[in-house]
Amino acid sequence: MTALDQVDIPPGEQRAPSRAWRKLKANRGALVGLFIIAFFTLLAVLAPLLPIPDPNATSWSAIRKAPSALNWLGTDDLGRDILSRMIWGAQASLLAGVVSVGIAVAIGVPFGLISGYFGGWTDQIISRVTEAFLAMPFLITAIALAAFLGPSLTNAMIAIGLSAMPVFIRLTRGQVLSVKTEDYVEGARSIGLRHSSIIRRYILPNVFAPILVQATLTIATAIIAEASLSFLGLGQQPPAPSWGSMLNVAKNYLSQAPWMALWPGIAIFLVVIGFNLLGDGLRDALDPREA
Amino acid sequence: MYSYIGKRVLVAIPTLLIISIFVFSLQKLLPGDPVLALAGEDRDPQTIEYLREKYHLNDPVPVQYIRWVGSALQGDLGISLKTNQPVLKLIGDKLPVTIQLAVMSIAFAFVIGIPMGILAAVKKNTALDYIANVVALSGLSIPNFWLGIMLILLVSVKLGWLPASGYQPFFDDPLRSIQTMLMPAFVLGNALAATLMRHTRSAMLSVLSADYIRTARAKGVSEWAVVLQHTFRNAVLPIVTLSALLFGDLLAGAVLTEQIFTIPGFGKLIVDAVFTRDYAVVQGVVLCTAVGFIVMNLIADVFYVLLNPRMRAAL
Amino acid sequence: MRTAKFLPALVAGALLALPAAATELKIGLQDDADMLDPAQSQTFVGRIVYTALCDKLVDLSPDLKIVPQLATEWAWSDGGKVLTMKLREGVKFHDGTPFNADAVVYDVTRSMTLPESKRKSELKSVEKVEASGEYEVKFTLKSPDVTLLATLSDRAGMMISPTAAKAEGTNFGNKPVCSGPFKFVERVQQDRIVLEKFQDYWNKDNIFIDKVTYLPIPDTTVRLANLRAGDLDMIERVAASDAAAVKADPNLTYQSVVNLGWLAIYFNVGDKATTPIGKDKRLRQAFSLAIDREAANQIVYEGTSVAGDQPFSPQSPWFDKNFPVPARDVEKAKALVKEAGFDRVPVEMIVTNNPVTQQMMQIVQSMVAEAGFDVSLKATEFTTLLDEMTAGNYQVGRSDWSGRADPDGNIHQFLTCKAALNDAKYCNPEVDKLLNAARESPDEAVRKQNYDAAMAIIQDDMPMTWIGHQSWIWAMNKKVTGFVPNPDGMIRLAGVKKAD
Repeated sequence: MTALDQVDIPPGEQRAPSRAWRKLKANRGALVGLFIIAFFTLLAVLAPLLPIPDPNATSWSAIRKAPSALNWLGTDDLGRDILSRMIWGAQASLLAGVVSVGIAVAIGVPFGLISGYFGGWTDQIISRVTEAFLAMPFLITAIALAAFLGPSLTNAMIAIGLSAMPVFIRLTRGQVLSVKTEDYVEGARSIGLRHSSIIRRYILPNVFAPILVQATLTIATAIIAEASLSFLGLGQQPPAPSWGSMLNVAKNYLSQAPWMALWPGIAIFLVVIGFNLLGDGLRDALDPREA
Repeated sequence: MYSYIGKRVLVAIPTLLIISIFVFSLQKLLPGDPVLALAGEDRDPQTIEYLREKYHLNDPVPVQYIRWVGSALQGDLGISLKTNQPVLKLIGDKLPVTIQLAVMSIAFAFVIGIPMGILAAVKKNTALDYIANVVALSGLSIPNFWLGIMLILLVSVKLGWLPASGYQPFFDDPLRSIQTMLMPAFVLGNALAATLMRHTRSAMLSVLSADYIRTARAKGVSEWAVVLQHTFRNAVLPIVTLSALLFGDLLAGAVLTEQIFTIPGFGKLIVDAVFTRDYAVVQGVVLCTAVGFIVMNLIADVFYVLLNPRMRAAL
Repeated sequence: MRTAKFLPALVAGALLALPAAATELKIGLQDDADMLDPAQSQTFVGRIVYTALCDKLVDLSPDLKIVPQLATEWAWSDGGKVLTMKLREGVKFHDGTPFNADAVVYDVTRSMTLPESKRKSELKSVEKVEASGEYEVKFTLKSPDVTLLATLSDRAGMMISPTAAKAEGTNFGNKPVCSGPFKFVERVQQDRIVLEKFQDYWNKDNIFIDKVTYLPIPDTTVRLANLRAGDLDMIERVAASDAAAVKADPNLTYQSVVNLGWLAIYFNVGDKATTPIGKDKRLRQAFSLAIDREAANQIVYEGTSVAGDQPFSPQSPWFDKNFPVPARDVEKAKALVKEAGFDRVPVEMIVTNNPVTQQMMQIVQSMVAEAGFDVSLKATEFTTLLDEMTAGNYQVGRSDWSGRADPDGNIHQFLTCKAALNDAKYCNPEVDKLLNAARESPDEAVRKQNYDAAMAIIQDDMPMTWIGHQSWIWAMNKKVTGFVPNPDGMIRLAGVKKAD
């Protein structure tokens, strides 16, 4: 709290980004995280160009073959190359993480801004609905929504996005509340600046940092959530691959073909840890306390 | 303070109403007919019509909603379509199971998370801190269900050390009960331990840099006394506050953990109910978890206000 | 002090217990049962529990013959409209109520009239049931129905104590009282059902187990892990993918039998069918011809299932040998597609989001693609699939049937006009006539003729095409002996022993 009081120039105009970037570069964990994310993103983007077999090409003579020179990570229950499915599955998992958080931010932040900035009845209503959503366990809301929308990757993303949204409403609202009373905002208001200008120039830059941190960390949660929904059969549908749905199939062959469960599990773990590391790094870098 | 609590309880009422409306509208939203699902393979039309009438499923949803709220206020949450038992009884049966799982997970999380957090904070930027952080991050990043499956494969199938699943009521056979819950509690507790470790670490760090700690150090108080008596005592409240907020995570985690280890608790009850469209159960369970969540939140907020009297004015 | 307190309880316990240590059998089931009331229940696992809990009028032998249980002999008269049964004497229900003709009349009437009863359509052909002696009952039918005996070998023929049924009403299932070899002790929802040996059982000399506990464990891997860890003695519905592992395990016994049910693809041919494949039977025939049934079954069920193309498995006496399981013929399929005026045919197929079903359908998807079908798989939850298929809101669907003892139960309700399970929305009066006739004649040769005639039409119209027949697979600890697999998938405990 005290740190915020010390900021006497509008934070949007200080050289925070470059300082934050310097701090981020010095944070080894964040760099590792960034590297992991970049690696998997690259794989996902380059999937069509890589010299790998078609992820959906079945081979009935190569069912559940252990890793070998031909199939580096082995084959699955339909004789498909797991490496290829992992690479294509990276697309689904990363997309699920980013898009669902995108949905949560796109809906959550405006509501949070309105709620925090204008207060009054609007705030009361938005806050009550937010609390109601928060009072229901995240995964249960997501399961119910995914069941309602029907099992598919798109619907899983919507379900996860909507379930994660209340966190962003609450976070934005809290930030707005603490910024709103700052002198420079009061000043801007007293000279008759329009609400939209105040929000754009003074409020948004201040809520940006915590939301970026939260979004990065929520991507990690969302990737696990997508895997969980796919594991329950409510996510990516066959034959298209996703790590979660690969695990869903693999759990039936744990003792016969443990590699089927091993690789997607490790991949999820790595990507999630990547986003968590980056999120932590961003939090430290953007924290004004340790200037 | 009392008026603050009173105000919070009043505010919780509209929240609960919104939840109940949301959950109730699921009935109309979710595809699939509960009666069709429950009528079994034969799908006898006569049976289906009878069940619809019996459970008033032909009435308009608002009428059903008002009827449900009316009886809920009298402590009647309806009857499960699938098992024909009162929802309240089902909840009463499942609650102890999930509570045991929760208590064991939290115990695990405390035993591992807090000491790790303290150590990491005190030895900040050393190898120990680094390792603790990596362990915590790993705990947060491993998909629960995957860890569960891998543990079953390793501990039960390969090594045969612990039962793979099942549940023994605690008072029937405490030892066996704890044995069967050990793996699920670990799976559920490791993420909590990680969160707790991180919270403890940052709470400790912010207290360690406070002026009075510097003073204590300057006075020559031994380092461990500083850590345990001065710092931890002041850091414990935010830790407890945050733990109350972990309740939601715990319930969400219990959903998949109970599914994998087939523990007959709350999480399994609700997932099965969603999939079989046993709406009375879904409604009842969500309502109960929401009440629990709101109570835990209230406790956390009260602690928070107690900690920061400045916040009282802001609220 | 503590010991003194517990002593009386211990002594009482010792007196009640058998001289030798009580033998307990723990059985892992795939699901939790629903209400334990034979008139109201619907689940397959519920039937497994009843097999130990509730005796039936007649039973089904492993070779699918109707054999005596509570009824010792029976006879048809009046052109198949009257069934008279002689009952076993000296049988008691678990609460001591004697079993007699009055009990049968009460129970069957209850199944026919209780508003909650789910047995009504099974007993639809029964006009009335009455006692014609203390140990003799007479069923009078509205029209001849030879399938009644098979019906009475299942839940509709399970006898429950009238005393308990009258006292408990619709809540009978919370504390069921029957006359089977084991009586109800306790149940914890989604956790366990405990039964103990009934000392006054009429066939108690054949029961060697003192206590049975059923534990629902839906995950097949976890179920098997529990068996291997020694926490269970026996499990049902082992995954086909685990069959080899069970066979290889020196501590386990593997048992299996091809079941009475089938795996099928439904084509929506009803009024709502606007798709080429729903309208043109040549496309459906092509679709069927493009499937390599042997290969699909081999891959998905690892040799435990058999390929099929009819509602009866190739091993069944009811199988029509004029239509052997077709070999895959892509060229012929392509020709049929071309003849129907198509090059590529888009097809949307609705399937449940269950990994095994999806595996099978992905195989089918890639097989039929070669013949010109562009199948998109639409996965839904089972509940949604049920809803959409019942409503006829689909193009092609995939569903299973667990099977019935009488052939009628595996075909009539699926392919007669307006039948409850006619999800293909198929209606052909000729087929109706033949299938109804097959139901009425007690002469098996006549029935077979009717089924064959119907099958010829169905194979041509092809509202459904069958892919194969799964097996029931059980795995048990080597200590458990004497179990006899039955195509109905039940676990009969008479004769089953467990070594210490």
